[in-house]
Amino acid sequence: MDVFKDKLLSSFIVFENQLNGQKKQPFHQKRRDAIDVFEQKGFPTIKDEEWKYTNLKPLFNKDFNVFHPGEDSLEFSDIRRFFLSESDTYKIVFINGIFASWLSSTTHQNYDICTFSAALERHRDVIDKYVGTIARNDESLTALNTSFAKEGAFINIPDGKVVDRPIEILFFTTNSDNNTFIQPRNLVVVGKNAECCIVERHQSLGKQLTVNNSVTEVMAHAGAQVTYHKIQNDDDNASLIDSTTVKQERDSKVTVHTFSFGGKITRNNLEFDLTEAGAEAHLYGVSILDKRQLVDNHTIVNHMVPNCYSNELYKGIYDDNARGVFNGKIHVHPHAVKTNAFQENNNLLLSDKASIDTKPQLEIYADDVKCSHGCTIGQLDEDALFYLRQRGIGVKEAQALLMLAFTTDALKEIKIPELKTKLNRLIARKLNVNLDFNL
Amino acid sequence: MLKIKNLHASIDGTEILKGIDLEVKPGEVHAIMGPNGSGKSTLSSVIAGREDYEITQGSIEFVGEDIMDLSPEERAHMGLFLSFQYPVEIPGVSVTNFLKTAINESRKGRGLEPMPAKDMLKAMREKMALLEMDKSFMSRSINEGFSGGEKKRNEIFQMAMLEPKLAILDETDSGLDIDALRIVASGVNKLRKKDNAIVVITHYQRLLDHIVPDKVHVLFNGKIVKSGDKSLALELESKGYDWIKEELTA
Repeated sequence: MDVFKDKLLSSFIVFENQLNGQKKQPFHQKRRDAIDVFEQKGFPTIKDEEWKYTNLKPLFNKDFNVFHPGEDSLEFSDIRRFFLSESDTYKIVFINGIFASWLSSTTHQNYDICTFSAALERHRDVIDKYVGTIARNDESLTALNTSFAKEGAFINIPDGKVVDRPIEILFFTTNSDNNTFIQPRNLVVVGKNAECCIVERHQSLGKQLTVNNSVTEVMAHAGAQVTYHKIQNDDDNASLIDSTTVKQERDSKVTVHTFSFGGKITRNNLEFDLTEAGAEAHLYGVSILDKRQLVDNHTIVNHMVPNCYSNELYKGIYDDNARGVFNGKIHVHPHAVKTNAFQENNNLLLSDKASIDTKPQLEIYADDVKCSHGCTIGQLDEDALFYLRQRGIGVKEAQALLMLAFTTDALKEIKIPELKTKLNRLIARKLNVNLDFNL
Repeated sequence: MLKIKNLHASIDGTEILKGIDLEVKPGEVHAIMGPNGSGKSTLSSVIAGREDYEITQGSIEFVGEDIMDLSPEERAHMGLFLSFQYPVEIPGVSVTNFLKTAINESRKGRGLEPMPAKDMLKAMREKMALLEMDKSFMSRSINEGFSGGEKKRNEIFQMAMLEPKLAILDETDSGLDIDALRIVASGVNKLRKKDNAIVVITHYQRLLDHIVPDKVHVLFNGKIVKSGDKSLALELESKGYDWIKEELTA
């Protein structure tokens, strides 16, 4: 890992030199501070409590390209299948970390749905006001992302505006010769009583290794409503470290759905700061993994003030040698009375070699709160399986139906019909059955 | 239709069925009665192919074929249906979707094309009317939040949709009030044909007032110890099972 760390540190100097005028912007100081944090801390190791079950060493012992040439040969028809809709969504599409304008459909009317790089030019005030103020700057991988932060999605919804269609953010990699390391940086600012709905996906189309170190900051102002879906169904050569931090003001409601169906290593850091009364956070996760795939879900909900609500439900199904980690922390700060916080993590293990490490963590420093958590690990119900088979349904299909039934609670809040159809297909394919589930 | 000879079955080394002989012919209704723990539910599970049980001796033939090595779904495709004493709740899978899957999987098993959606819907409406079920059933998750009566009615609804050659009704009467019992029983009676057969497993006579059996068997301690016509059921109802136990030990 040290070799790649050194490469990144020297790459930063190259990167800085390429920035030209941007070097003088206040934002660049944040990059400089961040690279210092990364230099000091380096990559996390399994000695780090938060990374106990996920070893990045085998991943970062390899060499990765940090700078990427443009790629313009990709046509929409090649990647049509990864989108929700051809025309009824806004799209911000990146190939190897570089914005692909011909595949995108952005807007500046009523709201800004565009790229981070464009915002660095046009919306410096927004960038300076928010970037790095929500994310955890002391975490080495977040710091690493910040130090190279230049491209990603930028979504800025003014007060009272409701985005009329879903926003799709897609990151493709097409590497056939070299391992690729990309670091998308996304900023989502949703104004007072404004609303938007986002679907994010990372997809490797190349043959070599890909690592995405992605950081997303979400600011939900008073009364804002944000729904964020993350679809993770990448190839076995692709890994993702996603750090998403959400800050919520009074009466805002933010829902994050995380669907992990593939990828070599998927680490999801999801953290909420509920900073004003009436804020409501919903966290739903569905992981269905097999082979040697690993998903590590780390969530933190910070109840910082009285009268906030959070609800977390994560479901995991692990087959073959797949591994799951769930670490869910609810932190109720002193004075955050009348907190309502719920957390549940249910898992199915389908093979003797599959495993799950699940750790609910409640830190409660206030009285008069309502908090609950629970976790289960089990197998498919033999009685239910026999029932379905007695009705003529084959073993594989019966198992798939029961697995779907198991995940259904965590899927029922999805509101976009096209997304339901897409997930239905993804799950059916993942379970290797041809069934119509009707989510 | 169903021919069982000298059937012995055990679970975890404990013998539950100790030599069952039973023959059911097309068009017949058989009732199997007996006290708790006599092996009634084991018998139905073994016929349906539950893999937890080990068959140590004997044979089971269904429509002229040895089915002992067949999976539960293969037996179902041949036309065997078991109405469960405790139907399983499956959240997230609607009754419609479940039946569509079950029917089309059975058709596939028999080498038939999937049933057109229109025909399926029409059949569902008809059979629901037969069992006086509300249309809202179709979109509800299977058995989730169903009352005891609704679960049993749903079992018979599935039986009506799957049109089995042999239906085993395992304690279909338990958990039913008088009205539900009447509806379920009349539904079953309407499904009776010359070429299908029904085995009713029950503790009590009351279901047999509605579904009149041709033969009644008493299962006790893993064996059929007495067989007779419907009057045997009435006799059991008035005298209980003790006299049979006494007869056996005498």
